[in-house]
Amino acid sequence: MAGMHSSVTLTLNGESRVFEGPADGPLSVSGLLVVLGLDTKKVAVERNEEIVPRSRYTETWLVSGDSLEIVHFIGGG
Amino acid sequence: MDGTIAAEDTWTVAGRTFRSRLIVGTGRYKDLEETGRAIEASGAEIVTVAVRRVNLSDTGAPMLQDYVDPKKYTYLPNTAGCFTAKDAVRTLRLAREAGGWNLVKLEVLGPPPLLYPDMQGTFEAAEALIKDGFEVMVYCADDPLAARRLQDMGCVAIMPLGAPIGSGLGLQNPAMLSMIMENVTVPFLVDAGVGTASDAAIAMELGCDAVLLNSAIAHAKDPVLMARAMKAAVEAGRLAFRAGRMPRRMGADPSSPLAGLIR
Repeated sequence: MAGMHSSVTLTLNGESRVFEGPADGPLSVSGLLVVLGLDTKKVAVERNEEIVPRSRYTETWLVSGDSLEIVHFIGGG
Repeated sequence: MDGTIAAEDTWTVAGRTFRSRLIVGTGRYKDLEETGRAIEASGAEIVTVAVRRVNLSDTGAPMLQDYVDPKKYTYLPNTAGCFTAKDAVRTLRLAREAGGWNLVKLEVLGPPPLLYPDMQGTFEAAEALIKDGFEVMVYCADDPLAARRLQDMGCVAIMPLGAPIGSGLGLQNPAMLSMIMENVTVPFLVDAGVGTASDAAIAMELGCDAVLLNSAIAHAKDPVLMARAMKAAVEAGRLAFRAGRMPRRMGADPSSPLAGLIR
């Protein structure tokens, strides 16, 4: 399968989306955040209801069926 | 007691010391620019913030941090909108990861239209959060037993409502708040119910350590002006509490001497 992209189907903030993994391997949380254009310092990620610590973004691999919540701070009382 | 205003009338929660006794929410403003200006005018050092899903279809949208600098203000993540202990705990774990803060505001709410504190859920969430290393400032019912229990569990501030969230009805329960305060040694705040400046002053005159509010500023016709009013009211109420009010009496007591009147 060399040279082929593997696609990953994720539930992101409640919506199903398909991503192409990078050519050189599976998609990581940090890879996903880059694709989404998010500043890692301003968000937090939960994968299948478990927090993903920021220090583990590069080594946390995503597989089809994973459900992610990506949150940030907004105005609130 | 020489009548001067002590330079350092501070209060301390979970080891952090603050000068301002007004905590303000960052929600319900017209836009982020107005949010930033109102918070600046309020003099608050702590601001509450909510945790929500990022809008993935507009990831370049301006963020709260761009207008309310987390280096300048202590962000106090809340669990607004959480109706179960589980959701509240999940939300605050995400908040801790997003910002690195252990100091949080817990609220577990009952259904609309009252959004009254769900104390069973609040106890469950407080227990889980404290076990997980959080420092929990807790929104609660004006219930002396619940307040005491939350303190004994290890909550770092007790914050009963003065009236339902966003109602602006003012303090409906000043006597009960005073009675609860008698048995609480951690910081005691009124959270929710303040509608205008005098309400905040009353809370401080009762002896609260601080006041937490959002809608009273955000929903004023001129939020920045109301933020200034709240700052002044909290300061005035605090000074009045420290000064000690005169006793109430049933009848007049003339201020001018009766001796020496012309005849």
